[in-house]
Amino acid sequence: MVDHGEAEVLPVGGAGVVSTAWWGMACLIATEGILFVYLIFSYAYLGSQHVGAWPPGGPPSLKLALPNTAILIASSLVLVWGLRSFRRHRGPRRLALAIAATVVLGAIFVGVQGLEWANKPFVFSTNAYSSAFFLLTGVHMAHVAVGLLMLITLLVWTLQGRFNRGHHEHLALGSLYWHFVDVVWIAVFTTAYLIPQFS
Amino acid sequence: MRRAFLAGALVGLTGCAGEPLGYFDTAGPIASSIANLGIGLTAISVAVCVVVALLLAAAIWRRRGAGDAGIQPVNDRQPIRWILAGVALSTVFLVASAVWTLATVQATLPPAHPGLTVDVAGQEWWWAVKYESSDPSRQFTTANQLVIPVGVPVQVNLTSKDVIHSFWIPKLGGKMDMIPSRTNVTWIEADRAGHYRGQCSEFCGLQHANMAFDVLALSPADFQTWWDRQLQPASAPADDPGLTTFMARCAVCHTVRGTDAGGILGPDLSHFGSRSTIAAGLMPNTPANLSNWIDNTQTIKPGAKMPELHMLAGEVADVTAYLEGLH
Amino acid sequence: MAAQVGQLGDGERRKLLAMWETAPGLYGWLATVDHKTIGIRYLCTAFAFLLIGGIEALVMRVQLAQPDLKILSPDAYNQLFSMHGVTMIFLYALPMLSGFSNYLWPLMLGSRDMAFPRLNALSYWLFVFAGIFLYISFPLGQAPNGGWFAYVPNTSRPYDPGINMDVFALGLVFLGISTVVGAVNFIVTLARCRAPGMSVNRLPIIVWGTLTASAANLFAIPAVSLACVMLWLDRRYDTHFFDVAGGGQPLLWQHLFWIFGHPWVYALVLPAMGIVSDALPVFCRRPLVGYTLVAISTVATMALGFGVWVHHMFATGLPVMSLSFFSAASFVIAIPSAVAVFAWIATIWTGRPQFTTPFLFFAGFVMLFVIGGVSGFMTASVAFDWQLTDTYFVVAHLHYVLLGINVFPVIGGIHFWFPKMSGKMMDERLGRWTFWLTFIGFNLAFFPMHITGLMGMPRRIYTYPAVLGVGDLNLLSTVGAFMFAAGILLFLFNVARSLRSGAPAGNNPWDGATLEWSTTSPPPVYNFATIPQVASRHPLWEDRLRESEDRSIFGDGAAHGMLLDKGKETIGVTPLDAEPNVVLKMPGDSLLPLLLSLATTVLFLALLGQFIWVAAAAGVADFAILAMWLAPQPHAASEEVDVHG
Repeated sequence: MVDHGEAEVLPVGGAGVVSTAWWGMACLIATEGILFVYLIFSYAYLGSQHVGAWPPGGPPSLKLALPNTAILIASSLVLVWGLRSFRRHRGPRRLALAIAATVVLGAIFVGVQGLEWANKPFVFSTNAYSSAFFLLTGVHMAHVAVGLLMLITLLVWTLQGRFNRGHHEHLALGSLYWHFVDVVWIAVFTTAYLIPQFS
Repeated sequence: MRRAFLAGALVGLTGCAGEPLGYFDTAGPIASSIANLGIGLTAISVAVCVVVALLLAAAIWRRRGAGDAGIQPVNDRQPIRWILAGVALSTVFLVASAVWTLATVQATLPPAHPGLTVDVAGQEWWWAVKYESSDPSRQFTTANQLVIPVGVPVQVNLTSKDVIHSFWIPKLGGKMDMIPSRTNVTWIEADRAGHYRGQCSEFCGLQHANMAFDVLALSPADFQTWWDRQLQPASAPADDPGLTTFMARCAVCHTVRGTDAGGILGPDLSHFGSRSTIAAGLMPNTPANLSNWIDNTQTIKPGAKMPELHMLAGEVADVTAYLEGLH
Repeated sequence: MAAQVGQLGDGERRKLLAMWETAPGLYGWLATVDHKTIGIRYLCTAFAFLLIGGIEALVMRVQLAQPDLKILSPDAYNQLFSMHGVTMIFLYALPMLSGFSNYLWPLMLGSRDMAFPRLNALSYWLFVFAGIFLYISFPLGQAPNGGWFAYVPNTSRPYDPGINMDVFALGLVFLGISTVVGAVNFIVTLARCRAPGMSVNRLPIIVWGTLTASAANLFAIPAVSLACVMLWLDRRYDTHFFDVAGGGQPLLWQHLFWIFGHPWVYALVLPAMGIVSDALPVFCRRPLVGYTLVAISTVATMALGFGVWVHHMFATGLPVMSLSFFSAASFVIAIPSAVAVFAWIATIWTGRPQFTTPFLFFAGFVMLFVIGGVSGFMTASVAFDWQLTDTYFVVAHLHYVLLGINVFPVIGGIHFWFPKMSGKMMDERLGRWTFWLTFIGFNLAFFPMHITGLMGMPRRIYTYPAVLGVGDLNLLSTVGAFMFAAGILLFLFNVARSLRSGAPAGNNPWDGATLEWSTTSPPPVYNFATIPQVASRHPLWEDRLRESEDRSIFGDGAAHGMLLDKGKETIGVTPLDAEPNVVLKMPGDSLLPLLLSLATTVLFLALLGQFIWVAAAAGVADFAILAMWLAPQPHAASEEVDVHG
């Protein structure tokens, strides 16, 4: 047992693994992550039982989706840069810029994917494939949307000066969520766009 | 044919009077193999319960030396060894049971060459049965009954026209679900003649409780006679009042081979008179029951797809007589 | 300001009280975040649902008492058996255990509250509103009617066109949020909010059980939520996940449902097994035999629980290879359960049984556990399951495991911890009557179902013909059910009377071993004036067990311990060894959890009525409330922590 003596100086709230908020976000990511595992499982199960080609109309085009993937990955990189700057005494301006850029890139991702959806030869209720495709990409889109709202909120809080170098857990956890959304997209993209190219 | 049916019914009535859905008094090799496994597992289970009950009782009431009920230091090396011993013994039984299970699964796999193939399609809340044959002219449809020859493995192709149902003849074998747009293949074989009960075993809506069917196992010779009989067209004269009413009120949904009645929404009623039950195993096939069924469908089987017909008493009597005459 | 060395003054206690106490009146009632209040709310609400589900069962038992009865129409029966399942499995079983854990964990762990007190309040409010939501169509005679398992296509729109199954699908997604939120709170609390020295090998088994169940819920609930979303979309937006006409697969529902469903049933029993593992030893006057084995078996059972789901699908026509694997796994999962059973028996054997009411319930539980376990063993065999599945044999099995392994420990647990929660003792004589009425009634009701199942009586049927020969056994079951209900009523009477006029309990009426027994009964709102320091699994028995020279430090007059009185605070520790490493600021009363729950309720009601813009607006409201909730507050970066004494 540690001998505490008369008094000890401990951090309040803590950052990273020391804070409870980090653990909460880790649990959220775990549960949302497994949701995508189940979505991918459902897509794959429907495909495995399907009579005929899967996707029925041939693989989806990568024309918009591939550059869009790059845009989403770029948004994560920008966010990483912004946070790192902030931690190195660079003040809130670069951070605010980085968050704003992330939001813009994320919004572009949403817009481009919306365009792609609108131009599909099927709708949500066409068949099992279309239902699975739109649910898989749609649930991801919903997470992107929530992530954008969250980033905007973080931007507002940054501009309000609520963060400083030693005290910015919300930024760290918020960007963790955004990176999670990014990684999930890579899994979704691989499942729905890449693998059909080769099967 | 009638004689065969009566013989079967007699055997059935005496053979399984108490438990028509029981699966320890078996009538076929699959059920018998499973029943042996079941008896073994039940015996192990009962033994485990008895042993644990004795251990628990002993633990609670065993003689303990005089001493206070206070907390004292403990040394649990020995008790933990007992726990591990108990777990090891349990593991032996678990592994043995798993092996016996897998052996039973292997023993009840379908044979390479079934002697007969039947397609059964479940729908809310009756069974459409089609007998396959390499000769198309010998194929025919019936409903709510399965007649099979003794000693012959029968392949049953199962599907559903609507929701998931499950095909189960306890005395002959285990269950197999009937899933729409899928064909599940199972097989059954009876090793003695008799009358057995089948039952839907997957919750399928309002009348899941009343979705049963009759199974009749006949000697191969009797079975051939029955099959030939089933291929005969109906024989009532054209001006039979029952036939007239039937055509007007029933033919929309029901088929009777040899007449113009070709409805497929409800069970095929060809040779209805030779069947042992009405409305998917709901009640014995007697004129009184049939009249009651036609008159009070929704009271007897609320939710059934057959509507209340509001026929006149005379019409009901005529149709009853007609249908009962279809042997 | 330094407190007197060796003595905690009244002033100090009043200071803590002022910081921790919930505000008075309606505001405080709506805004409280105190885990003890929330825990008791969970217990009471879950018990109310138990009674509702029980009445549904009794009505069904009247209909089934004899063949061919016409007391209930098939439609009414289908709604009753579906809601009975939904109510018991979702609205009673887990919330009841959450109530115990919510109340007990901080006290057992030596903390002042859960990691996220407002999240705790949120999980409760969401539970209540989701429960009401699931019953919203019941008065209209349109309650969910497809069974708690809701197989498609039977629950698809062509075969079930009313709102019944929309209420079910959306209601489960709604309830799932509460469950996941609760699970997160338990996991983070366990990981970080314990007293110094409360290392993982000293945790009470109920903590192991709830932790395991919570981790499982994080991974299992999304499966059923996804399935329910797909069901709702198929029904209302013409998608084709399950609809065969569009290439959908009915079995997809079953896979997703049971990937959730099987781990879920272990989540319903592992914490209750933990109750027995912690409380039974008190009445055997010795620690649990094989603590490490039992802790490992808890985790092992849950882990294996993710690998057996296909045993609910043995008759669906899946490939033999797959069926064989899942059958084997279903046998293996019995092994950790055997560990626990032998540990309990060994504890009784090597201990000195005290025949109190809780002991009766725990001893009875061991027997019911084994009976439920062996009927599960029989159904694990895929070949025999081809006869057993969908008969009353499974009904017998599931009730033995759910009542035997959840309800009996719960009632025993209430008798055990009631003194701590209320400061009063329950009546022992009434308690013994409760035990015998419920134990005999339960076995009378459910044992015959093994036999009717072996006689082939199918399940989920509103009536049965006389020719099946099961009328007499069904009548016996009905009588037993009413006897069991009488026992429950007697239990309720005991609780009510004891609250009013029970004997005073004192801090530790049972001479228990764990930290909750070191506080007053009921505990002060701040739990511990000084944070305990833990040196073993049984802090209050250390002097007598003499396992080592180390002694835990606890109690209101403790000579040493952290005061943490610079605000509403508790200590955070490292996950494994419980070394203190952070001061955690706890939130005060807040209406945000209630507001967030109300907005979420509007969201789900809007979805039910398909008012999508209202739903979107509610979603925006949800987000706004969350932003307020999570807004960064300025606080000191670090703090000097006074160690009292």
